[in-house]
Amino acid sequence: MGNYYQKELETMPVEKIKELQSERLIKQVKNVYENVAYYRNLMDKMGIKPEDINSIEDLHKLPFLTKADLREAYPYGLMARPLSDCVRIQSTSGTTGKRVVAFYTQHDIDIWEDCCARAIVAVGGTKDDVCQVCYGYGLFTGGPGLNGGSHKVGCLTLPMSSGNTERQIQFMLDLQSTIICCTPSYAAYIAETLKEMGHTTDDISLKAGIFGAEAWTEEMRRDIEKSLGIKAYDIYGLTELAGPGVSFECEEQTGMHINEDHYIAEIIDPDTGEVLPEGSRGELVLTSIDKEAFPLLRYRTRDICVLTREKCSCGRTFVKMSKPMGRSDDMLIIRGVNVFPSQIETVLLELGYSPNYRIEVDRENNTDTLDVYVELSSENFSDTVKEIAEKEKQLAAAVKTMLGIKPKMHLVPPKSITRSEGKAVRVVDKRKLY
Amino acid sequence: MSVKQISIFIENKKGSLAEVTKFIADKKINLKALSIADTQDFGILRIITDKPDEARDMLKNEGYTVTATSVLAVELTDAPGSMASILSVLSESDISVEYTYAFMSTVENKAYMIFRVDDNNKATKALIAANIPVINQEDIFNK
Repeated sequence: MGNYYQKELETMPVEKIKELQSERLIKQVKNVYENVAYYRNLMDKMGIKPEDINSIEDLHKLPFLTKADLREAYPYGLMARPLSDCVRIQSTSGTTGKRVVAFYTQHDIDIWEDCCARAIVAVGGTKDDVCQVCYGYGLFTGGPGLNGGSHKVGCLTLPMSSGNTERQIQFMLDLQSTIICCTPSYAAYIAETLKEMGHTTDDISLKAGIFGAEAWTEEMRRDIEKSLGIKAYDIYGLTELAGPGVSFECEEQTGMHINEDHYIAEIIDPDTGEVLPEGSRGELVLTSIDKEAFPLLRYRTRDICVLTREKCSCGRTFVKMSKPMGRSDDMLIIRGVNVFPSQIETVLLELGYSPNYRIEVDRENNTDTLDVYVELSSENFSDTVKEIAEKEKQLAAAVKTMLGIKPKMHLVPPKSITRSEGKAVRVVDKRKLY
Repeated sequence: MSVKQISIFIENKKGSLAEVTKFIADKKINLKALSIADTQDFGILRIITDKPDEARDMLKNEGYTVTATSVLAVELTDAPGSMASILSVLSESDISVEYTYAFMSTVENKAYMIFRVDDNNKATKALIAANIPVINQEDIFNK
């Protein structure tokens, strides 16, 4: 049996969870139908009325929501509350179109932070802990989410944000942090830097890490656990649904419990949209049943995973999801940032370059690398190495403005990319993450 | 007074130089001078030919990334100090040199240097004032 932040909810019998979910779903569907024109139109088109939804068994009747809907409704079209009721936004990176802006009422912030608090307590966190949050702060949900959760648990919270690794380690040594929250690749980087600075795990007091926002393997987990002398736990979430804390790992480390009092999870066949039985591998679809400002019904996460209700030794009854095993779209997660190849293409075309490009993602020393190869046409060609290097620099800066991460750009002669096979291979992901 | 140089963007990869020079040869274009700038990823092949416009169009049609650049061709005596004296004239006139390369002349005791500079007119004037001969495209092939 484990530690719980909200024991009654986290260990509720499955029947009770389903009752609570049904009750909240009915209310949420009525709410969005009455208050969000976008949902009303979608439901009217399908001939679905709020009265048709009488329990979670009816969930499959509702339309899916995709990123395309979020784009179409940007920025206010999916809000169920007036802006005056909202207290915060968070956002994904990317310029208009691909960017997601999520709105929160105080209630939404509270339940989000509760979910993060559950994750911290599940890894052994208490008010006596020192929790170092080195996810980015700001629009990115990682920092604010775990920061809020850490406060709720009563930990001494170190709002470090990401970067400045030597300073991170200095605080870790001076204040003897016991819990660290960041991306798994940053944890690996911190471990390396710690070693380079001449320290060992004996010098630090870390016992647990909560790592998310990007895919990582079991092998990476073992490496981080060994190099930092901790237990490493996974956490999952999306800005669309609040942020980290949609699901979290318990001491068993065999998958992430989905906070089912706030979210209903389904697994669908990404091609047909058909709901698949428990244990099937498919796309995760989430419904936020307790959010006020920005509720999403049947949101297609595009993450491929498996759900299981097998009894967990931690005592939690919430359904468990596996680590995401892939994507059902072409989104890449690079250094924790969501990247669509089309975003890079947009930058290239805007600056007058050819749409013949190849994106290569790899991982070196536990840090993701992004290389973009673009064909250089005669119009953009100037005769000196210096000018070509300058063009590569400009392109890299433009991509950075779009994505928030800087690629290494390579201008290459025509045909060096397209001649490969009939169908151009736009993305090569050399990381073995799934 | 300047010379039209053709630059071709090529991959830094085995065979790419052979491929483009064979294409040029097949088109019966004579290479008078050639130089390569290279980085880890790519190379820039720069050529001086008797038919620069024709060469550029044919390469472009074949799908190569090509550009024409005006460069200076300077005649110098094949003796110690010739290059140094040209460079000191350019330097004194505050002209910066992007790159330079040499080729042989059929005239005894003479060699040619190609210069890509930031201001062709200014450089030409300075060199002529210093009695250093600057030649044009035809001169290269007539000498």
